Amino acid sequence: MPYPESMRESLKMVEKTRAKRVELAKSGKPVVPPLTLEEREELLKKFHPDYQPDAEKIIRVGPNKGEKMTAQVVDLLESHSRINPDEIDLSSVDFDVDVLIIGGGGAGCMAAIWAMKEGAEKILISTKLRLGDANSMMSQGGMQAAVNPHDSPAIHYLDVMGGGHFDNKPELVKALVMDAPFIVKFLMELGVMWDRLPDGHLQTKPGGGTSRRRMLSCRDYTGAEIMRVLRDEVRNHPDKITVLEYSPAIELLLDDKGQVAGAILMQTETGEYIVVRAKSTIIATGGFGRLHIKGFPTTNHYGATADGLVMAYRAGAKLLYMDSVQYHPTGAVYPEQIWGFLITEKVRGLGGQPVNRLGELFVFPLEPRDVEAASFIKECAEGRGVKTPTGRVGIWLDSPVIEILNGPGTIEKQLPAMLRQFHRFGIDIRKEPMLVYPTLHYQNGGIEIDEWGRTSLPNLFVAGEASGGVHGRNRLMGNSVLDYNVYGRRTGIKAAENARKVKLGKLTLEHVRKYEDELKEAGIKTKRIAPILFPDYRNFEIIKKHRKFFDPFVGFALTGWQE
Amino acid sequence: MSGEVKKVTVFIMGQKYEVPEGFTILNAIEYAGYQLKRGVGCREGFCGACATVYKLPGDYKLRGGLACQTVVQEGMYIAQIPFTPAQKATYDLNELKPDVTTFQKLYPEAFRCLGCNACSKVCPQEIKVMDYIQAIMRGDIALAADLSFDCIMCGLCAMRCPAEMAQYNIALLARRLYGKYMMPKPEFLEKRLKEIEEGKFDKEIEKLMKMDRESLAKKYSERDINFEIT
Repeated sequence: MPYPESMRESLKMVEKTRAKRVELAKSGKPVVPPLTLEEREELLKKFHPDYQPDAEKIIRVGPNKGEKMTAQVVDLLESHSRINPDEIDLSSVDFDVDVLIIGGGGAGCMAAIWAMKEGAEKILISTKLRLGDANSMMSQGGMQAAVNPHDSPAIHYLDVMGGGHFDNKPELVKALVMDAPFIVKFLMELGVMWDRLPDGHLQTKPGGGTSRRRMLSCRDYTGAEIMRVLRDEVRNHPDKITVLEYSPAIELLLDDKGQVAGAILMQTETGEYIVVRAKSTIIATGGFGRLHIKGFPTTNHYGATADGLVMAYRAGAKLLYMDSVQYHPTGAVYPEQIWGFLITEKVRGLGGQPVNRLGELFVFPLEPRDVEAASFIKECAEGRGVKTPTGRVGIWLDSPVIEILNGPGTIEKQLPAMLRQFHRFGIDIRKEPMLVYPTLHYQNGGIEIDEWGRTSLPNLFVAGEASGGVHGRNRLMGNSVLDYNVYGRRTGIKAAENARKVKLGKLTLEHVRKYEDELKEAGIKTKRIAPILFPDYRNFEIIKKHRKFFDPFVGFALTGWQE
Repeated sequence: MSGEVKKVTVFIMGQKYEVPEGFTILNAIEYAGYQLKRGVGCREGFCGACATVYKLPGDYKLRGGLACQTVVQEGMYIAQIPFTPAQKATYDLNELKPDVTTFQKLYPEAFRCLGCNACSKVCPQEIKVMDYIQAIMRGDIALAADLSFDCIMCGLCAMRCPAEMAQYNIALLARRLYGKYMMPKPEFLEKRLKEIEEGKFDKEIEKLMKMDRESLAKKYSERDINFEIT
């Protein structure tokens, strides 16, 4: 699907301005001056989707009752359980374990490895799809760690806080930045192939909102490389770690002392319930991209439906910053088949430039993500975007600049996944730019944790994107991979420690009944059921013909082709 | 999608469906009315969950691809392969040597390679699968790690292999050995870890943690941006 005639005129203008823009980049100074904090705020207020009047509503039940949250998150939380507590026999326990880990992505695998190192012998990973099927696998650009002499964890700390609008919990950020170099070494010793300079020094790139080169990478398969190594390591210990695939958790279990005591799983193909009693439970279920907030496409994995958020909230855990959504500035707009797919920030880290329909630079290419995304939306809203034949609009991300700045072959070596992605549809990103627009990327907030991933509920831990507080209200590039490694490890350690001393009482699902009562009291009438587990992209005409719109198994149908 | 969209005929597990032109196989399956609970993952070509085989009319070849990355064609016969039964050795990486003997012990089937190249032909990532297996047979782990790096472990190579090996697991071992033992060591990383251990940054971070929002914002605004390589 090479670019159609209708987009060619704009492409010519991009080509025309390229030489000048390259000269500007070579000068070493920012190609456009970065915005001040005040200018950032003003731009965000006008153009970031979070700031639009219909973005939020007030939640009427649960621990955060009365607070404003993203509207779709409120809908998800104000919903019925998948189970009727009366139908489940809690006296028959299928798995009795030290540590239950809900979610088999990066955080889950890292937690399993460290719980095992810390002495836990019976570890169970419950995962909705296959082990490793997660957003962790999809991260392209890199992981932040202060591994350069002129950088430091303190500078990293300041960048994280500024990127997060200073809403981050300081002790969480401290753990993040101080553990980072250790994580690099730990993963290296597991065999992760970090990109190096010829002398062995770790190769680093700048990222949006970083003030130093701090982005470590494994080509542009960084997440895949780390995830496949962690998964392999988990599979090397079948004696201690059991993996149940296609068996997501659908409710937490509590005991009569009010402690978290495991979970109810559901085998998605047979529909059977599985009762797991656990001394420690770690939620590592990732984020909410597949809720398609405000109708945005998403970069996220099929399973990113915020299951852990729902379960923890029903059990009484407090959420933090659920009014904040990350839109990645560079989602693909053309061709249609890859609409919303992630174009890694590494493209800009290597010198790639966002330019408008006229081939003009309009923003510092490495602003924090929310600011960069808002500037793209502004450019398109004010008529300087490029239209596709299907009516979508975007701005150019000029990738050929990369080859001019860094030499031919750079893209093949550093961005093989991007090159392949576009090559499949007939576009050579070494010669032509990519058309991009913000896409739903990350859940900035989540379940509130402390610096060891502990929650307000005894025996419950949270790691990775499901947690809130680490990134404040805007995460910087490369800090999610770091987050799931740091907090996967920390929760694994603490969960194993906790399992040694905890005494569980009688299992109960009373909290599910209570939440249902609360919904009734608040006058909430809904057919919604959560966790939804999977998004629904079936052809609406077919659903209409054969079954009800509200599928009791699926929950509620979300945006898809039917739109 | 409007009614004017051109349709193509495809056969999903033998059943005939009309789906819009330009759809990927994954979109087509969902459009046909399936809600997938297997054989679907990242939907962007990174996870290998949606390995699919297909045939085209008048062509004897069985082709392979990722459902999320392959566009439907007229008359396509489609079957998903959501799971590949495959050998995976369990090992302690610390006890392994980065040489050919490790592979002889853990994956002896790698040495049965017939050189037919069926693996490379089916690979949706266009990886030279046979070449990296041959490299492993010669003990060239560095080359195998490099050639196999973009592997997403979809399993299609293993399904086609007449020597019945699971190439992608063998390659993963090669990369882990290369990453752990053979890549040059980053010297400064050790220094940085020592600095952290000795508490070099503790005071500075404690100070930042105690700052109120305003002073922290000021410090942030004044920080220097330096992208030099050091």
